[in-house]
Amino acid sequence: MIDPQLLRILVALVGILVFVALNALALVYAERKIAGHVQRRPGPYEVGPHGILQPLVDGLKLMGKQLTTPKDADPVIFWLAPIMCFMPVALCMLPIPFGPNLVALKLDLGIVLILAFAGFGVLSLCLAGWGSNNKWSLLGAARSVAQNVAYEIPLLLSVLSVAFMTGSLDLATISAGQGALPWQWNALLNPLGFIIYFICALAETNRAPFDLPEAESELTAGFHTEYSGMGFGLFFMAEYANMVVVCSVATVLFLGGWNGPFAPGWWWFLLKMYALIFLIIQIRWTYPRVRFDQLLNLCWRWLVPLALVNLVYVTVIVKL
Amino acid sequence: MYRLEEIKRAARGMWSLVVGLNITGKYFLQPNVTIHYPRQEVDNLATFRGHIELIPEDGDPLTPRCISCGTCAKACPSGCITVTKKKAPAPTPEEVEQGVKPKAPKDPESFRLDFTLCSLCGQCVMSCPANAIRFSQNINIAGYSRQDFQFDLVARLRSRLPKHVNKAE
Repeated sequence: MIDPQLLRILVALVGILVFVALNALALVYAERKIAGHVQRRPGPYEVGPHGILQPLVDGLKLMGKQLTTPKDADPVIFWLAPIMCFMPVALCMLPIPFGPNLVALKLDLGIVLILAFAGFGVLSLCLAGWGSNNKWSLLGAARSVAQNVAYEIPLLLSVLSVAFMTGSLDLATISAGQGALPWQWNALLNPLGFIIYFICALAETNRAPFDLPEAESELTAGFHTEYSGMGFGLFFMAEYANMVVVCSVATVLFLGGWNGPFAPGWWWFLLKMYALIFLIIQIRWTYPRVRFDQLLNLCWRWLVPLALVNLVYVTVIVKL
Repeated sequence: MYRLEEIKRAARGMWSLVVGLNITGKYFLQPNVTIHYPRQEVDNLATFRGHIELIPEDGDPLTPRCISCGTCAKACPSGCITVTKKKAPAPTPEEVEQGVKPKAPKDPESFRLDFTLCSLCGQCVMSCPANAIRFSQNINIAGYSRQDFQFDLVARLRSRLPKHVNKAE
C-alpha cells in the first residue's frame, strides 16, 4: 500500500515542475513582448504567429549547445551551481496554496520553508561565481551575496508583520484570513509592509533595477558569464521560477491569495500573481540599474528602519 | 532639519518612480512604430539618398541628360566616378567630301560608379552643370562581393523599364 501523502507529493512535484517549465517559456515570451511594446516595437515576431514559438526555439538552441567548462575552473562546483539554483524552486512551490484545496504540501510553517530554501539561491550564485575562475563571475557573486544577505532582513521583517497580523505562518491560513474584498487584504491594511516586501522581492530575485550580480554593462553577465548552453538555461529558468515564487508569496501574504470579490478560486490567485509579474517586468524596462552603494544604502538606511517601524505599527494598531 | 530634507527627497524620488511607470505604461498601450520590412516599406522613400543615378532626358527615358563633361568626376572627393566620352562615329563619304568632322554625341559611353568608395556627399549632384545626377531610391542594395557595387550608370539607366521606376518617385 502506497502512502497517499507520498503519492500526493509525487504528483504535486511533477505538476510543479511542469508549471515551472511552462511558466519559464511563457514569461520569457512575455518579458520580450512587454519590453518590445514598452519601446514601441513588436518584440519577437518571426517564429510562429507573433513569435509565439520563439522561447521554445531558444530553449532548443540552448539544449543543442556544447557545455564547456572553463580552464582551471572547479568542475564539480561549477556544474553543481546551476542545478542547485534550480532545484530549490520546486521545493519553494510546494507549500503555496493556489486554491482553497489546491496545495501540494500542507505545512504549519510553509512560509518558513520557502524563506529557508530561497536562501539556497544565494549559495548557488556564490558557488557559480567562485567555481568559474573568472573575475567578473567572482565580482557578480560577491555582489549577489552582499545584496541578498542585506535584503533578506527587511524581507523577513515585512513577512513577520503579516505573521503578526494573522497569527500564523501557514500560507493557507494567511490566505483564508483575508477577506474577499480588496480593502480586506493585507496590502491595504499594511501598505508599507507590502511595498517593502515588493522592493525586497525585486532585489532577492536579482531583477532590475537591482540586477547588479549580472549587470551586463559592467560584468558581462556576472556570475553566469562562463556558462554555456543549459548551464545558463538553468540559471535563466531559475530566475523566472523565482519570480513566480516571490509573486505567489506576495499574493498569498498581501493580496488575499485565492480570495476575490466573486467566485473565489485558483483563477484569482493566478490573476493576481501574473499582474505582479507584469509589474516586475515593466519595472525592469522602466528604471535604470542602481549603483551598489545606492542599493545597500536603500536597504540599510531606509528599508530596515521602515520595516521595524512598520512592525511596531502592525503590533500596536492592527492588533488593538 | 537634515533628516526632514532627506525624507522629502525620498518622497520626490518615489513619485518619480510612479511617473516613470506611467510613461512606460502609456508607451506599452500605444501602437508599434516598427515597419516589418520585407512585408512593409516606409512611406518616405523620396527622402532616401541611395547611390547616384543618371537622370534621363525629357521624352527619352533611355538617354541620359549627361553631357560627359566630367565635372562630377573632378568634384568627387573619393574619386569614385569615371566618365567615358563617346567616340565620334566614322565619317560618312559625304562628310569626307565636305571635309567636316562628325561630332561626337554628348551623352557618355559609360558612367562608372565605384560605390564601395562613395561617401554619398552629393558633390557630384551639386556640381553637375546639366542637372543630370540625382540620388536613387534603391534601398535593396546588398551584394556578396565588392564587384557587385561597381555600377555602370548608363547601362543601369538603359536596363530600367518604366515599371521598375521606384514607387516613391
